[in-house]
Amino acid sequence: MKKLITLSVNSLEHELAVEANVSLADVLRYQLGLTGTKKGCGIGDCGACTVLMDGVPVFSCLVLAVEAQGFDILTIEGVAEGSELHPVQKAFVEVGAIQCGFCTPGMVLNALALLDKNPDPSEADVRLALSGNLCRCTGYQKIVEAVLTAAKDMMKEEAQPEEAK
Amino acid sequence: MSDYRILNTRAPRVDAFDKVTGKAKYTDDLSMPEMLFGAILHSPQAHARIVKVDTTEAKKLPGVKAVITSEDTEGIAFGVSPARYDEQIFASERVRYVGDEIAAVAAVTPEIARQALDLIKVEFEELPSVLDAHLAMDDEAEQLHERYKNNIVQQVHWDFGDVEAAQKEADVIRTDELTSKMQDAAFLEPQSALATYDQGYLTMYSSTQAPHYIQRTLAMALSLPLHKVRVVKPAVGGGFGPKAACSSMELATCLLAMKTGKPVKITFDREQVFLHSRARHQFFHKMTTGVRKDGTICFLEHEALLDGGAYCSFGIATVYYAGSLLGGPYRLENMKYDGYRVVTNKPACGAQRGHGAVIARACFEIQLDRIAEELNMDPVELRLKNVREAGETTCNELYLSSFGMKEALEAVRDSAAWKNKRDDQPDGKGIGAACGFFVSGAGYPIYYSKTPHCTVVTKLNEVGGGVIVESGAADIGQGSDTMLAMITAEVLGIPLSDVRVMSGDSDLAVDLGAYSSRTTLMTGTAAKEAAESVKAQILEVIADKTGASIDDLDVIDGEVINSKGDLNIEELRHDFRMEHRGFRGIVKSGNLTFNEAARVAFIDKGSIVGTGKYSPPKLGGSFKGAAVGTSPAFGCSAQIAEVDVNLDTGEVTVEKITGAHDCGFAINRTQVEGQMQGSMMMGMGEALMEEIKYDECGRVINANLAEYKIPTSLDMPPLESIIIESHEPNGPFGAKEVGEGGIMPTIPAILNAIYDATGVRINELPVTPERIRTALRKAGKVNK
Repeated sequence: MKKLITLSVNSLEHELAVEANVSLADVLRYQLGLTGTKKGCGIGDCGACTVLMDGVPVFSCLVLAVEAQGFDILTIEGVAEGSELHPVQKAFVEVGAIQCGFCTPGMVLNALALLDKNPDPSEADVRLALSGNLCRCTGYQKIVEAVLTAAKDMMKEEAQPEEAK
Repeated sequence: MSDYRILNTRAPRVDAFDKVTGKAKYTDDLSMPEMLFGAILHSPQAHARIVKVDTTEAKKLPGVKAVITSEDTEGIAFGVSPARYDEQIFASERVRYVGDEIAAVAAVTPEIARQALDLIKVEFEELPSVLDAHLAMDDEAEQLHERYKNNIVQQVHWDFGDVEAAQKEADVIRTDELTSKMQDAAFLEPQSALATYDQGYLTMYSSTQAPHYIQRTLAMALSLPLHKVRVVKPAVGGGFGPKAACSSMELATCLLAMKTGKPVKITFDREQVFLHSRARHQFFHKMTTGVRKDGTICFLEHEALLDGGAYCSFGIATVYYAGSLLGGPYRLENMKYDGYRVVTNKPACGAQRGHGAVIARACFEIQLDRIAEELNMDPVELRLKNVREAGETTCNELYLSSFGMKEALEAVRDSAAWKNKRDDQPDGKGIGAACGFFVSGAGYPIYYSKTPHCTVVTKLNEVGGGVIVESGAADIGQGSDTMLAMITAEVLGIPLSDVRVMSGDSDLAVDLGAYSSRTTLMTGTAAKEAAESVKAQILEVIADKTGASIDDLDVIDGEVINSKGDLNIEELRHDFRMEHRGFRGIVKSGNLTFNEAARVAFIDKGSIVGTGKYSPPKLGGSFKGAAVGTSPAFGCSAQIAEVDVNLDTGEVTVEKITGAHDCGFAINRTQVEGQMQGSMMMGMGEALMEEIKYDECGRVINANLAEYKIPTSLDMPPLESIIIESHEPNGPFGAKEVGEGGIMPTIPAILNAIYDATGVRINELPVTPERIRTALRKAGKVNK
């Protein structure tokens, strides 16, 4: 028996009929076609499916779609504005934090949430915040560097006088 | 400073934008109209005879479109090495590990496909299972395969130089052992395949790292003409080796598509990734090494036993590599090797980063430290005394055409302040060093063939802007597409953004795939050749049209430059402008642009296509197995690890790893560092935490990423990466491998550091807190 729900994803409202036991990750990927949310394990171990719900990072494979009603859901598809990358994305590209790219969407969203709470994190803060997102390619070195770079860039932007922005 | 515009820079990856915005498509992200979902029935038994498979009920379930078993596969055998085709798409007579494939289903939803699996009834007659590699070789042990007597798939017996004579010259002789555990590659993207079958043409999209080998295996196993099989690799979320072999899952996906006439997709869940495995073998190494008082290495006697699980997979190469790659990086003229690779009733092992050589290297490098201690020598000095240099040939006939081993070791020694830290550290703090050595592309394909190892087709866009590079190479995250684009842009003198790489498609070109650290050297060489041909073709036309000499022409920063003065381009430019009325941004003055020149060349000659290929020179000696370990070039690396060991709990914190790798020449500096850092992470996981665990029935009990632990961002220390460039004559612009060699020193550097910190040696990986505490207790260094 399917349930009718409304999900707000990347500022768009979607009316959906979903099974009560289907995960948010599966609805995003297979019903809404937002395949930027990756599934690496389906049981909350790898973090590849991280999305933000009201700004809080969650493993979308562990959230039921029906539970996600009423939240503002942000997936990787909603982070850039058109072709203008978010400073976190820019830093991931420029620092070289991306290899296979499968962990990248989850890492970027988690970093976004961190910088929202803590705009000037230490290296230890970044490592702690990302510790639920596995990466097998990079050794995390350049991912950590990218988040720290993004923090600096965003603070610089913030510090500019209003008219210069 | 480098003389290049694009090479040797930190250009962002060509696929970075797609990956950072979620646009990049991996296989499971693809879907097609009318697509069916497949599922696979795995054996719950480690070793059993199949009495009966009854699919009647499964076939009746509404929504099920096909159920297939061994009856649908004509009993065809496949595998990796043609001499050891020991796998079947579905087990017909017996299953050999928990996870062996028995049947597959295609249905209209994934849920129905899984329900159908529950309705398949399989009757087994249990057989004794063989779970211990040593016992597997007993005469009384149950035989897994009739063809493998004593369950031995392959044995190697090598004797280079004169070990017996060398024994008499040695002042110190030590014997040491090291045992590892089976590992998982733990790439983030589970395997996935999507197949279509239309008008006799089979197309499979797959998360593979070797489209070419998969194409051949599909054609062979499914009795299709090779040219009617196409394998396409979308974005791949890491491979590290296990995705190099064709799997039953890929074959089942194709069979279901052929049977139903509809597209079929199968994606593994994480448990299936662990059960399918094809990752690192379990290794048992025993080494006896002799040295003179002055530290000169006299000989090595090496015995290895490899537990490879139920099937051969890459196992022949694995057991050869485990011996051959100890030929470097040191001057070692006398080397004896006896290696055995056996089958047991566990998931099959195959190739994983550093194929075959990683644990052998760890054992040898740990032993070198013990020898240094006995000689009262600094372990780095002992190594420096023995390292080979460019131009030398190892005892097993591996020629080192470039070799920055000494430079790498000195770089980490100096950067990590080795001497100060080694001499002056409190209890519990330790520092350790090690070296590594690896091939830069296997000298021979997996199947016997004189085929070029790759071809590249570089084509000018006919409308006159940009270049398309077509290659079969598999970018699985390591960045080979970026490497191909950078080489092409450099040769053609155009911006990186004007080069578009299409790759990983067996219809585009031949490429053996992403394994043995071959792509930069081999496909890079082919791309260079293809781009040079395109450039020559364009300049020939321009020379002809302008009356300039082709030798004076070049393309620099996107413009055709004549070194002997101005080019008469008015007529050419007039035609180009006339063609582009209404277009904005068309050149008004200045030099002839590459785009104009490309268009002129097309109008004169039609499509401008340049091709390149790479075939290695004849390599290796004439002894049996000499082919494995040969390579047109060899990479080498050194690392220093610094650790803090809690002497009460045995917990190890790695505080820093400093690595240096000789990659010949860094096509892209960021990506070279990325490969080094990823290698250190995988090595650190293997050293300290990674281990596939089995119960007494042969079931994997930690088939998930919570209980199979890989390092997180909190576990990893800062990683320093130093690039050494020795300019390899056989590589494009001097480049050679970095993808795998970087893992070689990590495990022994960490273990040597742990010894420095604790004074106890651990001979079993992973070095868990429990193993350290046990060793400390035995040594009387900790209270009970």
